[in-house]
Amino acid sequence: MIAQQPIRTPIASHPEGNLLPIGPTGAEMLINALVFEGVDTIFGYPGGAVLHIYDELWRARDRITHYLVRHEQGAVHMAEGYARATGRVGVVLVTSGPGATNAVTGIANAYMDSTPIVVITGQVPLHLIGTDAFQEVDTVGITRPCVKHNYLVREASDLAGVVREAFHLARSGRPGPVVIDIPKDVSAARANYSRLDHVAFPFSAQSPPVDRQSVERALAAILNAKKPVLYIGGGIANSGAHETLRFFAETLRLPVTPTLMGIGGFPSSHPLCLGMLGMHGTYAANMAVAESDLLVALGVRFDDRVTGKLATFAPNASVIHVDIDPANIGKNVAPSLPLAGDVNDVLVQFLSLIRERDAERIRKSIQTREAWWDEIRKWQRLQPLRFSGSQNQIKPQSVIRTLHQLTKGEAVITTDVGQHQMWVAQFYPFTRTRQLITSGGLGTMGFGLPAAVGAQLALPDQLVVAVVGDGGFQMTNQELATAIQYKLPVKILVMNNGYLGMVRQWQEMFYDRTYSEVDISVAPDFVKLAEAYGAAGFRAERPSELHDVLEAALNHKGVAVVDIVISKEENVFPIVPAGANARDMIVQ
Amino acid sequence: MRHTLSIVVADEPGELSRIVGLFSARGFNIETLSVGETLDRRWSRVTIVTSGDDRTIQQIVKQCERLARVREVQDVTTSPHIEREMVLITVSADAGAARQEVLSLVSVFRAKVVDISHTQLIVEASGNKEKVDTFIELLRPIGVTDITRTGYIAINRLAASNDHHLERMLS
Repeated sequence: MIAQQPIRTPIASHPEGNLLPIGPTGAEMLINALVFEGVDTIFGYPGGAVLHIYDELWRARDRITHYLVRHEQGAVHMAEGYARATGRVGVVLVTSGPGATNAVTGIANAYMDSTPIVVITGQVPLHLIGTDAFQEVDTVGITRPCVKHNYLVREASDLAGVVREAFHLARSGRPGPVVIDIPKDVSAARANYSRLDHVAFPFSAQSPPVDRQSVERALAAILNAKKPVLYIGGGIANSGAHETLRFFAETLRLPVTPTLMGIGGFPSSHPLCLGMLGMHGTYAANMAVAESDLLVALGVRFDDRVTGKLATFAPNASVIHVDIDPANIGKNVAPSLPLAGDVNDVLVQFLSLIRERDAERIRKSIQTREAWWDEIRKWQRLQPLRFSGSQNQIKPQSVIRTLHQLTKGEAVITTDVGQHQMWVAQFYPFTRTRQLITSGGLGTMGFGLPAAVGAQLALPDQLVVAVVGDGGFQMTNQELATAIQYKLPVKILVMNNGYLGMVRQWQEMFYDRTYSEVDISVAPDFVKLAEAYGAAGFRAERPSELHDVLEAALNHKGVAVVDIVISKEENVFPIVPAGANARDMIVQ
Repeated sequence: MRHTLSIVVADEPGELSRIVGLFSARGFNIETLSVGETLDRRWSRVTIVTSGDDRTIQQIVKQCERLARVREVQDVTTSPHIEREMVLITVSADAGAARQEVLSLVSVFRAKVVDISHTQLIVEASGNKEKVDTFIELLRPIGVTDITRTGYIAINRLAASNDHHLERMLS
């Protein structure tokens, strides 16, 4: 039971509201429902349709802190950064029309990367819906394909139940975004309370129970496999399975390769870790998958950036696919053993079955894979991740190495999408889950800076670094003001090559060096820009100054932007061209 | 292969478009679609005829099951079932031989004449896909000027009557 908030006696009624003084307003009920869900942080931007809610939010400012962003996309990415750093549900509040449409990129990003957020959007009053009213847009329609669920709330008395269910949906099963669209008159209307703790949601999504027999068959297949690989994804972080996974992999000495979203789910520098797989994955990881006889897919969705050409992906492997979302299983690859369920539950069952087996059987299983490890070590020696150094130009890979060294591998890193993102994935060995917060599925430029702000808010004692490109930085750099306003001392490393680097690389490699519209060298002075916002600006142009400049920036107490002028035409290697496979990998 | 899916979804605004949107977003095909309430008015039944290989159909079922307000998705085609569609057909047929031909086809197909003028008739027929398609094909040379089809509805057969002969006798 939760104590009910005292109901304020209405003095004046809002012009668009219900005039009957019979209970709290929709806005009050919304705030109380959010508090009931444990919300103490909201990222948002006000506007006409959410005025009632902002009025109430001001009264509730001792219970919920609102962070005023500079663009709604920033608000959603901050909520994502907050959610990804902690596993808690991130909350966003924006107005109708452009407020909602600006939020859509973030919502789609959260959907692709299974991030739990609840986005509350204002809507025009009920009687104006469908009339092309000022700042009206069909938010529920626009967001429908990129949410777990969304609501248009028509009765204030529904609000408590809707909020309850929205949070449940956002964090249960495969997490994701939920949108609650609230017309202005609904937030003003007075209605009877529905008791928060008695709201029933008859539609609750249950995690599928794990099928014991399938688990036994899966473990038997793993023990018998000669060339198994554990292919892990974002599901490890979402199910909190990293420790169980590590214990399981170590017990059977199994090679592990993470996807971009799986990075940190298993320590990158662990001897069993082969590094990331896929388009820009390591040679060893991609060869191991190509040659494997058993692919154990844990919390992954067989994204095309991982598989390349499906028909020839892991051609000799049986596939065991464990995922909490049954629709992920069989979507791109038909597994020989589907296992719908929570990854951690499955791994715990594997471990308990292993304990029941005699130690001799386990030892033999490990022994039979020694030849496999020999093969893998050969690939690792043959083509380690590498880059050529330079005396005059800063190499982006060395920036990441230096960052790793200066932060002792402990920083929380956010990124945008593109070359810098891949260099982070390749050259910063992550040690723990939720340490890399990146836009994986949607590939959103401009994600890194606001995501860092949200993560910093959730983790005030940790060093949070956004590694971004000069392109992505300019898409959301206005959120520097938010970081300054709330004293969130994020560090932003701008990998500045004056190009949209990844597009340029593709044009160089696959379009005969026709550099079509990728030159963005006309840009503001990022040091001055930082200073204009009230942040500290740093610049490194020569390899000799990289270490000291970076160190000074990381040690700066407040928000810092480092403009790092990197070698202009650096490429990300290895690369498996789109629609190809490991054997077509270009390593240098 | 052709499959008939029966989807039970909460009768709330926007739920149908969620299902239809899912089909178009993921590139699934809708051949026919019909919606109506169930015994419990809080729930609607959406019947969709779609086509695809077994894996595609499985994906469609699983994707529909992910929707928060979908209670149940059943591939009716996998077990004995009865499937019906109704059609209204406007036929141009003056009094005379043409009209007699229409009327005799109506009688053979156990259809009904529901409207008539000097030059045209509207006939109503229902049945499974083969019956409705054949009826339209036979009327076409006489002069079909318009048709409206409801899309298929389907229901599983009773356990005791899983017998194709019985279905023929009763239809």
